[in-house]
Amino acid sequence: MTKRRLVPLIFERSAPGRRGYRLPDLDVPEVPVTELIPSEFLRDEPPALPEVSELEVVRHYTQLSRLNHGVDVGFYPLGSCTMKYNPRVHEDVTSLPGFAAIHPYQPEETVQGALELIYNLSEYLAVISGLHATTLQPAAGAHGELTGLMVMKAYHEQRGEGHRNEVIIPDSAHGTNPASCAMVGYKVVEVPSNERGAVDVEALKGLVGPNTAGLMLTNPNTLGLFDENICEIAELIHDAGGLLYYDGANANAIMGIARPGDMGFDIVHFNLHKTFYTPHGGGGPGAGPIVVCKDLAQFLPGPVVAKEGDRYTFVTPENSIGRVRSFYGNFLVYARAYAYIMSHGGKGLREVSETAVLHANYMMNKLKDVYQLPYDRTCMHEFVLSGKWQKERHGVRTLDIAKRLLDYGYHAPTVYFPMVVDEAIMIEPTETEPKSTLDEFIEVMRTIAEEAETNPELVTSAPHTTPLKRLDESRAARQPILRWEKA
Amino acid sequence: MRYLPLTQEERKEMLQSLGVDKIDDLFTSIPQQMRLNTDLDLPEPLAEAELVRHFSELASKNNDLKSSVSFLGAGSYDHLIPSAIKHLVGRGEFLTAYTPYQPEITQGVLQSIFEYQTLICELTGMEASNASMYDGASALAEAALMACAATRRELVVLPASLHPEWRDVVRLYLESQNVSIAYLPYDEATGVVDAKAMEDISWSEAACVVVQQPNFFGLLENVGVFKKVAEESGALLVMAVDPISLSLLKSPGELGADIVVGDGQSLGNAMGFGGPSLGFFATTGTKLIRRMPGRVVGETVDTDGTTGFVLTLQTREQHIRREKATSNICSNQALNALMAAIYLSLMGKEGFKDVGYQCLQKANYMKQRLLEIDGLSSPFSAPSFREFVIEGDVDWEEVNMRLAEHGFVGGLPLERFGQPGRVLFSVTEARTKDEIDSYVNLLRGLIS
Amino acid sequence: MSEQLRFTKEHEWLLVKGDVIRIGISDYAQNELGDIVFVDLPSVGDTVEEGEGIAALESVKAVSDVYSPVSGEVVAVNEELEDSPELVNESPLDQGWIVEIKVDGVAQTGDLMNKQEYEAFLKEV
Repeated sequence: MTKRRLVPLIFERSAPGRRGYRLPDLDVPEVPVTELIPSEFLRDEPPALPEVSELEVVRHYTQLSRLNHGVDVGFYPLGSCTMKYNPRVHEDVTSLPGFAAIHPYQPEETVQGALELIYNLSEYLAVISGLHATTLQPAAGAHGELTGLMVMKAYHEQRGEGHRNEVIIPDSAHGTNPASCAMVGYKVVEVPSNERGAVDVEALKGLVGPNTAGLMLTNPNTLGLFDENICEIAELIHDAGGLLYYDGANANAIMGIARPGDMGFDIVHFNLHKTFYTPHGGGGPGAGPIVVCKDLAQFLPGPVVAKEGDRYTFVTPENSIGRVRSFYGNFLVYARAYAYIMSHGGKGLREVSETAVLHANYMMNKLKDVYQLPYDRTCMHEFVLSGKWQKERHGVRTLDIAKRLLDYGYHAPTVYFPMVVDEAIMIEPTETEPKSTLDEFIEVMRTIAEEAETNPELVTSAPHTTPLKRLDESRAARQPILRWEKA
Repeated sequence: MRYLPLTQEERKEMLQSLGVDKIDDLFTSIPQQMRLNTDLDLPEPLAEAELVRHFSELASKNNDLKSSVSFLGAGSYDHLIPSAIKHLVGRGEFLTAYTPYQPEITQGVLQSIFEYQTLICELTGMEASNASMYDGASALAEAALMACAATRRELVVLPASLHPEWRDVVRLYLESQNVSIAYLPYDEATGVVDAKAMEDISWSEAACVVVQQPNFFGLLENVGVFKKVAEESGALLVMAVDPISLSLLKSPGELGADIVVGDGQSLGNAMGFGGPSLGFFATTGTKLIRRMPGRVVGETVDTDGTTGFVLTLQTREQHIRREKATSNICSNQALNALMAAIYLSLMGKEGFKDVGYQCLQKANYMKQRLLEIDGLSSPFSAPSFREFVIEGDVDWEEVNMRLAEHGFVGGLPLERFGQPGRVLFSVTEARTKDEIDSYVNLLRGLIS
Repeated sequence: MSEQLRFTKEHEWLLVKGDVIRIGISDYAQNELGDIVFVDLPSVGDTVEEGEGIAALESVKAVSDVYSPVSGEVVAVNEELEDSPELVNESPLDQGWIVEIKVDGVAQTGDLMNKQEYEAFLKEV
């Protein structure tokens, strides 16, 4: 039976002998392959790649792209992911051959512009975070977490306190936090949230102890709320000999307004693809640099860039933990973040955060009468509603509301996260959306609440207008088909 | 600010609707003493035209390899990149999307990942691939950790012929989880690991043995030697492979590999000073597939019976299993994987073979020409693919500096990796005979 | 058949056959978990401690550990579940059994609930 597909697979377009690219003719004298490589190393048949023309490839991927929602297509209020506009000039400037076509092992003298960019960006991220030294090596936020925890571990070990093996994490934290802890062998100790959605300080007091290596905190947290007790929390952890790690996933709320360093944090990672405008690329590449306080600079992965007179040079920190990735990280990604900072300046970054926070509060305020708002207080750059009322009163679940939003041309918010909220709907509007978009989205959310009441079936059977209807995820997981095979 | 569309009027209206006078009133939950009372100390904002000028100035301080001829490799390669790739990945629907959490409106990314997974399986001979990792080095580190989890053993055996930066990354990941490492020396004459090297390892404790193919020196390892010890001891065979070499070489699947990783930069991705590229990760067998790190896309149907794709096997991942996840990876290198998939589709079966063939022929040509120069020799006897090591009583850093005036970036001096007098050349299909001849002639003039 | 089963407060059931105990999950539990898509089984020969995780039931977006109510050695696993995890949904008390454990000494089932007691317990939950 042939499968019905929206767009055929590239393999299904293949015809023997067709090709989409031709190399220049070989201009060196040829030697039979088996004289260079013994035949036992060689494969009998080249890999069965598709045989298609350039036009077919262009059309194939153009057709695929049209099945996809992106920030360029429409509103994308995916909480915790900061889906803002990605300026096109960043694509231009980072594809200059002077950046795109340089090799990581070129002599330093021949890449001074790249080193200067790394140096400047490292400095600027230190300014924004209120901390001291930066590594740009981590390739994503979770990679930054891993790096930061490795630095934490190196610090304790150097002090002869290698026994410290517990990291305290709020129950509302991103899943990457506990997963990163596990990757450095740290035990996760979960601290509950209080009735205001913040860390329960009394509970925290009972969890801090001689084995505490540190605390990981997102502030504002995943509920979009700023933890007002941060001073007390920092003091508690520091007094116990632990370090404070700032998960910068939500840094879009605080640029130019408050700095993690001033809040008492010792290590911070930024998600440059969230806060600093670099495109998300369908899942990556991101960049997850970490910035640390003075005492921890010695442990950073190397190399980092130093300035000696007018010259920039790679140096390895004195007690560097080593490397978390080859070369210098996702250079062309963080070059875009550098462009973003250069376009905004100090005042501009502050305005970004102010606007993001204003947008979120504006929306929250206009929705809280129709969706339950579990923590009714001023939010930061995002807020979390609950679909509890709709579930209890009309049997419409958050998943249904999310799917119904697709019918109206929006990407859904983040749903069922954080787990401390039942039927969570996490909305992050970002600062780059015009007010008209926010108003339209508010209107649609209100309409869906009404539909849930008057015509719940319409919502529970959504989406109706998307390229595909709901997909059978159980089937995909039970009998995984993870690749195409020739029939 | 140019990307903020909110007008003064709208701002006022929004504040009013919230019942506050000024923006500052929204930040009262931040304790006063930690609020900044000055602007961040950053340069004044640049307009778009000024930004372009600034970047052009920085770029002009870099000696780019469009205007110079380079023989650098060692993990980042100057291959030809078809034009269509940048136009396709520049489409906003790909560029400005995130992880496909809502499959009904992200089939474009999902199907492209499914095709990418299939292409990686074709190259490697494995049953399943994930959606990508950060780079080859971190993919190898994750493969080693996965082997430890799968075998419940805590020793990883690495070849000394592994790329030194990859070795550093693997070492850091493993040390963090108290996994031990043993090293296999390579034979000084052949440059590859032989059966002798396997003798002093306590194999019964080994979770996996790693082989890099071709190795750091561009040489072809005898994978059979690794497979034999793996098979006898129950350790997994982990191969770190160069994807271009798989156009000619036996697939890791044929050689009995359990996990295959590599860096996909050479598949249509810019060098970009080392990043972003992508790590690929593939494995075989249900047990191992369920332990893979990272996102995986699978095929299914929608309620109308139309075939489509979803993220699947998600219970391995951090957002569900938290500290028990197979890895902490979340964002990956999706756009780079897309570039790799488009590259492989454009090249196709024949074109891809041509790339490998031309690399092999041109590298061999250059190697032979260099060996004609008095005083230069080849220290290793094993067969090589696209890269090779040359040895001589030469200060290669100095040579590179002198030849830079003639528009050449030479090979990679291995002195920084503890091998003075040696240099690693990489020759891709992008080099021409003229370029090779000119370089060789200039070099001869310089050192003879 | 189900009359012989004894239930735990963690919604698992036990069937005592001499010194071997067969373990599965209740109908209530399978319903709460939703579609089971994969069962991560232990290996025959593994030793387990009471209260330790012995298997994991995976739905699309959740994982639920099955804890051993006894200490002993795994003597059988339900291999059918490898290809047909849905048996846990379709026949939780019979074909969807998960493991068999040979207990050290005598199986203590005194504080477990019988079917009627368990049904009463569910009403309180």
